[in-house]
Amino acid sequence: MTRKHFLVVCRRPPYGESFAREAIDVAMAAAAFDQQVALLFLGDGVLQLINRQDGAAISQKSFEKQLSALPLYDVNTIYIDSDALDKRKLSASDLSLPVTLLNRDEITALLSRSDFALNF
Amino acid sequence: MYRNDCSTLASSYRTFNYCDTMTTFALMVLGAPASSQCPQTALTFARAAIDAGHRVLRVFFFHDGVHCGSNLLVPPADQHSVAMHWSELAAQQNIDLVVCVASALKRGIVDAAESRRYDKAANNLHAGFELSGLGQWVDACINADRVVTFGP
Repeated sequence: MTRKHFLVVCRRPPYGESFAREAIDVAMAAAAFDQQVALLFLGDGVLQLINRQDGAAISQKSFEKQLSALPLYDVNTIYIDSDALDKRKLSASDLSLPVTLLNRDEITALLSRSDFALNF
Repeated sequence: MYRNDCSTLASSYRTFNYCDTMTTFALMVLGAPASSQCPQTALTFARAAIDAGHRVLRVFFFHDGVHCGSNLLVPPADQHSVAMHWSELAAQQNIDLVVCVASALKRGIVDAAESRRYDKAANNLHAGFELSGLGQWVDACINADRVVTFGP
């Protein structure tokens, strides 16, 4: 089977709408088909990665739990917009998974070398 | 794709492909008719791509996009149902219209088989669409030259 570079772009917050969850489902489905999958978190999407989430407070499953399934699918390539993190006064130590910080130019390069970007 | 002029975009693919073979597209629709422009934008894009000599392999309706496949939509009198437009184009051009089964069940879009399986009183998937899994989307991405997501 052809192996393509799937880049799943996560731009939405983890709660209040379900785009974040659906994006992770797509990433895991692509990985199950032995595709090369990377995730890129931009804007409010970086909030998905915050550790010690408590979804129960709003009767939702914790999003952190869903993200923690990614390594089981061998999805270990996680990129994050460093500007978006800075603007929200967050650092890599606030996150639940190991990430690679990217600046604007590096994000552009990542988009160029991926076969396509799936935008959520 | 967010509020872009899709005709222009599809034309640019024609330019890009001017001396080459046709491009195949896989499209994802994430928004519902009536609340989002994106089902119409995706339809306009698909028509423009086909007019420019390209091919749409599969359209995958995901998230709220699954509502596009409902045969119970009643659009305002001066508008046609998006399901009808999609199914007409798909029948002419041999396009797969796939509605994500997981997204659909959560939102009350069921075909006859799922209706029986979950003991529901009715089914409402338009005849031009089929329910299937995310594997169909991954397969379309693998086999298409270009992938475009249409989100609200």
